[in-house]
Amino acid sequence: MNAGKACHDVAGEPSDSSILDSSLRAGQHYVALVGPPNAGKTTLFNRLTGLRQKVANFPGVTVEYHVGKVRTSVGREVFLIDLPGIYSLQPRSEDEEVTRDVLNGSKPDLGRPDSVVLILDATNLHRHLLLAVPILNLGLPTLIVLNMADDLAARGGSVDPAALAAQLGAPVALISAARGEGVEKVQRFLEGSIARPAMEPKRVELPILQDLPGCRRWAGEVGQESSYNAPAPPLWTRRLDGVFLHSLLGPLVFLFVVIAVFQTIFSGAQPLMDGVESLTAASGNWLGSALPDGLFRGFIIDGIWAGVGSVLVFLPQILLLFLFIGILEDSGYLARAALIADRTMSLVGLQGKAFIPLLSAYACAVPAIMATRTIENKRDRLATILIAPFMTCSARLPIYLLVIAAFIPDQPLLGPLLGTQTAAMLGLYVLGFAAAIATAQLLRSTVLRRQQSVFILELPPYRMPNVRSLLLRLYDRAVVFLKRAGTVILLVSACLWILAHLPYENGQPPKLEESYAGQVGHLVEPAIRPLGFDWKIGVGLVTSLAAREVIIGTLGTIYGIENADKDSISLQEALRKDLSPAGAAALLVFFAFAMQCFSTVAVVRRETGSWLWPSVQFFYMTAFAYLAAWGTFILFSR
Amino acid sequence: MQLGFNKSKRAADLATRTGGDSLFDLRCGQAAILEYLDVPEDLGRRLMELGFFPGGDVVAAGCAPGGDPRVFRVDGSEIALRAETARLLKIKPGSIRTVSAPKSNKSLP
Repeated sequence: MNAGKACHDVAGEPSDSSILDSSLRAGQHYVALVGPPNAGKTTLFNRLTGLRQKVANFPGVTVEYHVGKVRTSVGREVFLIDLPGIYSLQPRSEDEEVTRDVLNGSKPDLGRPDSVVLILDATNLHRHLLLAVPILNLGLPTLIVLNMADDLAARGGSVDPAALAAQLGAPVALISAARGEGVEKVQRFLEGSIARPAMEPKRVELPILQDLPGCRRWAGEVGQESSYNAPAPPLWTRRLDGVFLHSLLGPLVFLFVVIAVFQTIFSGAQPLMDGVESLTAASGNWLGSALPDGLFRGFIIDGIWAGVGSVLVFLPQILLLFLFIGILEDSGYLARAALIADRTMSLVGLQGKAFIPLLSAYACAVPAIMATRTIENKRDRLATILIAPFMTCSARLPIYLLVIAAFIPDQPLLGPLLGTQTAAMLGLYVLGFAAAIATAQLLRSTVLRRQQSVFILELPPYRMPNVRSLLLRLYDRAVVFLKRAGTVILLVSACLWILAHLPYENGQPPKLEESYAGQVGHLVEPAIRPLGFDWKIGVGLVTSLAAREVIIGTLGTIYGIENADKDSISLQEALRKDLSPAGAAALLVFFAFAMQCFSTVAVVRRETGSWLWPSVQFFYMTAFAYLAAWGTFILFSR
Repeated sequence: MQLGFNKSKRAADLATRTGGDSLFDLRCGQAAILEYLDVPEDLGRRLMELGFFPGGDVVAAGCAPGGDPRVFRVDGSEIALRAETARLLKIKPGSIRTVSAPKSNKSLP
């Protein structure tokens, strides 16, 4: 279950090999953290490593392995590796292959882990013990962590960890990662005090791996010997599912959740956004007064500050979206949503599991495409990858928000819940979704004819989302976003400002129209005039090929230059002057469909292993966007 | 899509005629003992890893709006399967019983 990682972290960031370079590995202790899905691996990982993680831990599905540094009281550093959830060491998805490869030591940079922390759900011990067999067979020092101790007790279950340790020949720690209870036992293991257990590693007899029913009988016996008393079924989960999976209420709740999330993002973020905006404006003014008048000041203020600042404004909104996705995911609702979606998805040849990456794609297509690794069927996976960029990712939010705020007056439609602006926003989300569905249908009837695929989904009990984990996730997202604003967007803004001030004639910068940037805009203008765009939007379209949100910084820079002599007018006003309502609608539609994102192209290339699919996808989406924007412009011009 | 539905329905009729009762025949709140998994080995392993063992108890716990996929409570967890998969998991004849509010989720000792 994993929803959106942040935007675009893939291209520039180390993916596999450089996370732990060999110099780090040399002489360092490293420990693999493994367990079945939903056992609480990532919660424990966050508990132990906090902000000392090497790779952003993408919300939801753990698709890469993430390395965190654990500080120990003995002053020795231990590297902990958070691996994707597995049910066995026989991988069925690429996700599970990562885990198997790390454990077998077939990742050359890592080698074999020094020890293993196997985390199991104490409320589901019998089934989770099945995984203990192959893990203990690895022969590495292993700590068995029984997580969800609080849940076990609350539901009337119990277990004797010492007896279980004797049965398994490995130390056992009963903890609650969400509450932080017993985490010190894991810490001690990591420090090595338990790593070579005082008790002679007893040769316990493990069942034969291939004999699964035999393994299950063994797990039953081990449970009995350890006085395991299975907890009652989670009552609250049954009750909540009675509502959330109800044939009438279920879809209604689903719809309500979606609308409420978007309405909150849209109006709830406003005060925060105003705050960020006045902060960047104030600091820009302060900087401006501190710098000597002249070209350099113009470069800093109108070029860089306007460009970066106009993107920074969207930080609160993007964090809010990630917060909601995080809550839905951690609470267990996302799995129900996948269940509700399965029937609908199967109509277009996808399956319910594709819903989770597709929902993540609402935050960002890059992590979504990596999250498709959990889909076992290759064709299902490719189809999901190909349609994921149609989902409305958070990089589209800035331009949507700007254009909607500039052209649509906010009026209530359905009381306080739904305003006209929210409705327009939802319309754009639906548009992206519809394009994805249509494309899936097209793929299914042409290149990716349907193969029978099996849908199996575990529904975890509902749980209270952990504030700590949510905040860590938001922190990650904020860092990634700020990093982008500080690199890609800063660079594009700076280049653009320079191009807008060249070529010099008689020691004077040219008018914007005659500058290099203006010339590029004029070059593309004939192609985009049918869509109702002028050359200034054209410059924005060219720069936003790198990443969608860059258009905001570009327009900020362009209008900043153009209006440098007048009192600064807001971007909204400037846009209203240059764009007809029909052109605005066409611009929104264009952004809904076009694949303007280098990071996505790069990740599709990586995940599909060839340039074929990203090229097909890029041209298909761009053509789709162009034609749709054209149609929209004609429709709205009448 | 309509066509697909009819086809699967026919397959279901066929299955019930030839292969006996399956998890598909359980109504919500009913439990039964699983007899065998009429599936390829790979899928069988996956299902067993999730708790579907021959001889184990399976409770039909609910379903998605629209009736498919179904949710089964098995070996302490809830697993959703599409009807087409549920039809392949055959139950012991006569083992269907009604459990209104399941008190225990133990299936195997």
